[in-house]
Amino acid sequence: MNCGVSPAVSLIVSVPSPVVRVSSIRKAYGRVVAVDDVSFDVQPGEIFGLVGPNGAGKTTTMECLEGLRAPDAGRISVLGLDPFRDASALKVRIGVQLQEAQLQKRITVREAVYFWASLYPSPVDPGQLLDQLGLRDKRNAWFMTLSGGQKQRLFIALALINDPEVVFLDELTTGLDPQARRAIWELVRGIRARGKTVVLTTHLMEEAERLCDRVAIIEHGRVIDVDTPAGLVARHCPDRAVILATADLTAPDRFRALAGVDAVDAANGSITIRGRTTGLVADVIQCVSAHQIAVTDFRTVMPTLEDVFLRLTGHSIRD
Amino acid sequence: MNGLWRLTWLEIKIFIREPLGLFGTVGVPVLVFLGLGRVMRGAATPASPEEAFLRAGLPVFAALLMAISAVVSLVTVIAIYREGGILKRLRATPLRPATILVAHVLVKLLFTALTLALLIAAGRRVYAPDSPAQVIRFAAALLFTTCSLLSVGFLIASLVPTARFAQPLAGVIFYPMIALSGLFFPLALLPPWLEAVARILPLTHAVSLMQGMWRGDPLSSHLWDAGVIALVFAACTALSARVFRWE
Repeated sequence: MNCGVSPAVSLIVSVPSPVVRVSSIRKAYGRVVAVDDVSFDVQPGEIFGLVGPNGAGKTTTMECLEGLRAPDAGRISVLGLDPFRDASALKVRIGVQLQEAQLQKRITVREAVYFWASLYPSPVDPGQLLDQLGLRDKRNAWFMTLSGGQKQRLFIALALINDPEVVFLDELTTGLDPQARRAIWELVRGIRARGKTVVLTTHLMEEAERLCDRVAIIEHGRVIDVDTPAGLVARHCPDRAVILATADLTAPDRFRALAGVDAVDAANGSITIRGRTTGLVADVIQCVSAHQIAVTDFRTVMPTLEDVFLRLTGHSIRD
Repeated sequence: MNGLWRLTWLEIKIFIREPLGLFGTVGVPVLVFLGLGRVMRGAATPASPEEAFLRAGLPVFAALLMAISAVVSLVTVIAIYREGGILKRLRATPLRPATILVAHVLVKLLFTALTLALLIAAGRRVYAPDSPAQVIRFAAALLFTTCSLLSVGFLIASLVPTARFAQPLAGVIFYPMIALSGLFFPLALLPPWLEAVARILPLTHAVSLMQGMWRGDPLSSHLWDAGVIALVFAACTALSARVFRWE
């Protein structure tokens, strides 16, 4: 891997100016408005996610960032360049994985990475890249014979071949089984660990929550909110609950007396304790222990990004 | 430029890996040529129409098949590449958009030249050309024609909605053109309006040019044919540059 960053470059990077800056872009196809009003910044070294249902405008936004489309209005800067106007200067500095892309059916893995490497001024070693992505055994296989996970790993290889500063990944894990998905997440974290910035789209809330440092929630071509997953949850869905089972009849009142507790419902030996403080779980455990309440079951219900999406849009992301 | 040669070489390798496509491009024209030649030689007597067709018609017919199969194959490949997002993925690389398409033109021209070489080798005893110059002029006329028809192919590729329609649509456009090209019967036999149509079709001029080059006519007597073919090339290239769809 070519990790040689010159001192001059690292000096520039150490001043935190956004790698990607999107200001009020808009894009329509005929009368269909794909992107209505999207703005966000991406900081160096983070994994930034565009999250929303299919058709929300994520891919169109990505393709504007990659220089494949020009927005009808608004401004985009990627690494200080205009992606559409300065496309040729930008293409050598970014890595791209497109949604549902294919390669030639009968191209081998090896041919693909070596060809891609030949298109860039200072590529990484293709053989080493194949090793890192676990594709060494498949290097002589035709594209059409690869599994879904192998194809996606190959596309990651092609996105990394030029040692890019920013990597754009569009619906990277769609259609993969959970195991392959987790393997891909590890690879994406590895990209961040090498100091690169990652911008990805996903309609999987779990993926966004576990992989992204910050997410922008997009719906109907608009950004609804941008923050860390935890920040979004704390702001929009602070409600959390502890559900426990006990035969102790004094328990509900003891929980009601706790400071951060908003409501306690008891029915059939099952007690639901609701609150909005981050210390709720610890407070309940403390109380159980202090009063020696005989608990036979204990679980927590924590809000997720899924709940945030539901709260912000009024419907589930799968609707 | 480097990228163009690398991509062309890659596409050649990929093309060879599909046996059916290779057979359609190289095998069919050669087999049609040898098969028809054998059948007609049985019927041919000196100065009969069969003999005339064998001398000047059949080589041109085989060449026309090669040019058209190149176009049909180009339209199909472009449609498949577009549908699969391959064109889009290549466009996200530093390759220039024109390079991505020109590589396919070079592959088609290369296989057309290769098929012609096979054809000439296979038919050497019967169709012994008068001189190597004649062969070279004929080959040049064929490649020039193929180039022009490929530009029509890009226009068709912009029209086809999906890869499934590529082959039928290209066929519907080109096969009637073969019938009206003057290769099988003189255009004067057609009703006047149809003759007028036939005279503006590019294949009619392609046939006239290739037949002329095969007979050893001077190029000066076919400048009009060459001009029409060049015009078709220029017009279709300019038009496809505007309407070509990458996705």
